[in-house]
Amino acid sequence: MLLDVQNLSISFRTPRGLLPVVEDVSFQLAESEILAIVGESGSGKSLTALSIMRLITDPNAIITGKILFKGEDILTLKEPAMRRLRGGAMAMIFQDPMTALTPVYTIGAQIVEQIRIHTKLPTWQARLRAESLLAAMGIADAQQISRRFPHQLSGGMRQRVMIAMALSCSPALLIADEPTTALDVTVQAQILELLLKLRKEFNSSILLITHDMGIVAQTADRVAVMYAGRIAESGATGDIFAHPMHPYTAGLLAAIPQLHGPRINAFSAIPGAPPAPHEKPAGCAFAPRCAYRIAVCAERPPLLHGPFRQVACFRAGEVA
Amino acid sequence: MLAFAILIVIIAACLAAPWYAQNISQSDPFASNLDGSITLAGQPVDIMQSADTGFGVTPIGPTWTQKYFLGADDQGRDVAARILFGGRNSLLIAAGATLICLTLAGLIGIVAGFSGGFVDSILARILDILWAFPVYLLAISLSAVLISRGLKLGPVTIDSDSLLIPIAIIGIVYVPYVARPIRGQVLSLARSDFVLAAVCLGVPRARILWKDILPNVITTLIVFAPLMMALNMLTEAALSFLSIGVQPPAASWGTIILDGEGLLYTRPAVAIAPGLAIMLTVVALNFLGDGVREAFDPRAKIRVQK
Amino acid sequence: MIFLVLLRRLAEMVFVLFSISVLVFLIFFATPGADPAARIAGRGASPATLAAVRHAFGLDQPLPVQYGLMMKHLFITQDLTSFVNPGQLVIPAVLQAVPVTLSLVFGAAVIWLIFAVAIGVTAAALRGSVIDRSLMFLAMAGVSMPVFWLGEVANLITQARFHNTVLFSWVPALGYVPLTQNPLLWFKSLVIPWTVLAVTYIGLYSRVLRANLVEALTEDYIRTARAKGLSERQVIFRHALRMSLITLVSMFGLDFGALVGGGALLIEVVCALPGVGMLTYQALQNLDLPFIMATVMYGAIFIVAANTVVDMLYLLIDPRARGAR
Ligand SMILES: Nc1ncnc2c1ncn2[C@@H]1O[C@H](COP(=O)(O)OP(=O)(O)OP(=O)(O)O)[C@@H](O)[C@H]1O
Ligand SMILES: [Mg+2]
Repeated sequence: MLLDVQNLSISFRTPRGLLPVVEDVSFQLAESEILAIVGESGSGKSLTALSIMRLITDPNAIITGKILFKGEDILTLKEPAMRRLRGGAMAMIFQDPMTALTPVYTIGAQIVEQIRIHTKLPTWQARLRAESLLAAMGIADAQQISRRFPHQLSGGMRQRVMIAMALSCSPALLIADEPTTALDVTVQAQILELLLKLRKEFNSSILLITHDMGIVAQTADRVAVMYAGRIAESGATGDIFAHPMHPYTAGLLAAIPQLHGPRINAFSAIPGAPPAPHEKPAGCAFAPRCAYRIAVCAERPPLLHGPFRQVACFRAGEVA
Repeated sequence: MLAFAILIVIIAACLAAPWYAQNISQSDPFASNLDGSITLAGQPVDIMQSADTGFGVTPIGPTWTQKYFLGADDQGRDVAARILFGGRNSLLIAAGATLICLTLAGLIGIVAGFSGGFVDSILARILDILWAFPVYLLAISLSAVLISRGLKLGPVTIDSDSLLIPIAIIGIVYVPYVARPIRGQVLSLARSDFVLAAVCLGVPRARILWKDILPNVITTLIVFAPLMMALNMLTEAALSFLSIGVQPPAASWGTIILDGEGLLYTRPAVAIAPGLAIMLTVVALNFLGDGVREAFDPRAKIRVQK
Repeated sequence: MIFLVLLRRLAEMVFVLFSISVLVFLIFFATPGADPAARIAGRGASPATLAAVRHAFGLDQPLPVQYGLMMKHLFITQDLTSFVNPGQLVIPAVLQAVPVTLSLVFGAAVIWLIFAVAIGVTAAALRGSVIDRSLMFLAMAGVSMPVFWLGEVANLITQARFHNTVLFSWVPALGYVPLTQNPLLWFKSLVIPWTVLAVTYIGLYSRVLRANLVEALTEDYIRTARAKGLSERQVIFRHALRMSLITLVSMFGLDFGALVGGGALLIEVVCALPGVGMLTYQALQNLDLPFIMATVMYGAIFIVAANTVVDMLYLLIDPRARGAR
């Protein structure tokens, strides 16, 4: 198991008290596997991803649980050791490529910077490697492009640069936080294709964060559905799409347009809205919107159970 | 909040100046008192004492008692009382100048930003020129001319020792500093979607100005106010120190520092005390400015909420 | 292309300088109630004397002619003379004062940049801590002090009160010693004025820098830099500071220009440094118009030039500005 997240919880100290944002999240990721985490905006996907890189810098954040990466608990790692992992064995691509690159350095320089931290390559070799990576991302004329500044490139180009940078030290784990959300549809498809191709070439595992069920169906081996900071259901992509066991997942899938139908937002098809972190109910967070709601749902949160296929619902077997 | 409290105390103390002169220091801080004496610990002490070197006289130093708490200046006047009186002028000038500056800057910014086109380019051009003008030199030049002769504009005559001169000068020289950002703000407001939508709906321009633009501009002006007042305090002190601000017999913190310059090595309290007063006031104003900005700046607010 | 841009800048500069000279001229010659002749002739001069003075100094000519003459003497023949000390040439006097002011401002700038960056970076790196808050409080105090007052206090300490202690016995008497004459003494005599002048700017720059850094540290690209495996120090210096310097450089250019252009007047007066500011001050005291005109124009030239240099620097340090225009 490359990555084993156990009972991860993240909360923030605020003037109004402790704000639980991610609660009791567990999942595993095997070598060269693609796990997708889906969920609405605010469900805690990015925070989960950032905590794996230990990039939550807010001093008010409290993180508990275990994040085992190659058997080692990241949360207790010393900072220098963590730095060697970041950008080396694990790398991350962020949601918004427009602002993710430092405006004053050429993209070549920014990729070279990362290579030079993690390897002993001299600058000129690092440059060559950066250029070949850019070329591998399908950028024609990589030599030229590497001398450009971020503002001179389009969003799709910048995301390719980000991916090239993330892959520059052949990471075992690549975390992609909504890599295509900010891009238009044709570019989206290209970037996803790129990720799939790279998995084959580099043998990296990918943690793909998205809120697009379509993307999940195209790429992921397994899926974890998050709702209001908890995992509602997880399992193999095919299983989940064929037999959703959580009412929330079922609702999401029912709302996916058939083939070439009009694109609608699956989340808005379920009536109501997810609770804000400070007003989560004592029981199941989805209960107020749920058609299968029973008395016990309001009392305590259902636990995630099951070996390969995990569901957090008291009436998991009854959802059709 | 502490800053605000300190300011209130300073203002109250300065307002109480006549009371202090009458009941506590019991001397006229504007009349020289070269051969008076006071009783200290039962002994009569001259206010102007012959200097240790034998040449000339040195005013009495700080007594830390009711009379001559901070000592006397070279005219034998009570420095503590003068600082309170001087504070009135310093605060008045700084506040008056701030008012003028913000009003003018608000007007210019709105007119330039809202009318656009030709008027805007002319005003923007003028602001650019004034921007390049060394502020201190402009203030000093204006002061030097006006202080030496006063101003006669048709029926209006302003005496050369009127406080209006430093108020007006300081008020005017910083106008570009405020007007430029205001103009930028009005420009972006005037081009913003909600104003464009209002224009399309046929809402009269005057109403847009009143409802949408003015409130925003006033918020910005309020944020600027304490910071400008701090800047104006320092400018007033500088001009008065160069003897082209407040004119004797009137006093301000700047002129008292100037009075103390000659006594610096013998009676440093005369120059140090008003400087500390300026510093305290300006620090308080600057902190108040920070507080006001945080209260009004939406970005700062978001940061607090998070 | 570059050539055209430069040409446009030059034209703009000339226009701004022209406007400033007209403005200054109007302030001194055309303010209602202003009469330079009365000033030159002294108080209570008879009308006949006044008329004679007016004629001798060309003050009976129309204003535009007077302006033209003054500009001609200032820039073309460069033989403008003082109204107060007849025969004293203005331009050599100004040129003689320039090295003093340059020495003062240059040294102070070095000090304030070093300290401001050190304080700003420290405060930003430790944001929210007690150290951060105390540093920012000190910086605020530095910004809030009247410079001339600080200069006097410094004089009091180093020239009188503590002059005879080991701490300050090396401080020479107030005044200026040319660098070429005695470099060591030049340095010693300027240390105190440098420090005094630097204090305000240390306060201002460290506060601005801290604010910029803290803002920059919340940006996405900083997260990327951290994700690459950079240490916090590398993140701050290579990425956050590099971005914040863009603002700081433009501030620095303008402040440096303003100070060299005469803004250091107060310190020069308090520390008895015969620089351009001192010259302006003396000219203002006896309203020696040619001198005022010359020093103000000199200052304006510096400030306008600094503006231009800053714009050019911008192109160098901010690649985003290069594409525009
Ligand atoms: N520093 C913080 N302090 C307090 N709350 C925070 C902080 N950072 C994030 N949150 C809250 O945590 C919740 C989850 O945020 P997160 O960014 O993980 O959402 P997400 O699932 O990635 O959503 P999106 O699809 O919009 O990216 C949000 O409600 C957010 O307001
Ligand atoms: Mg997110």
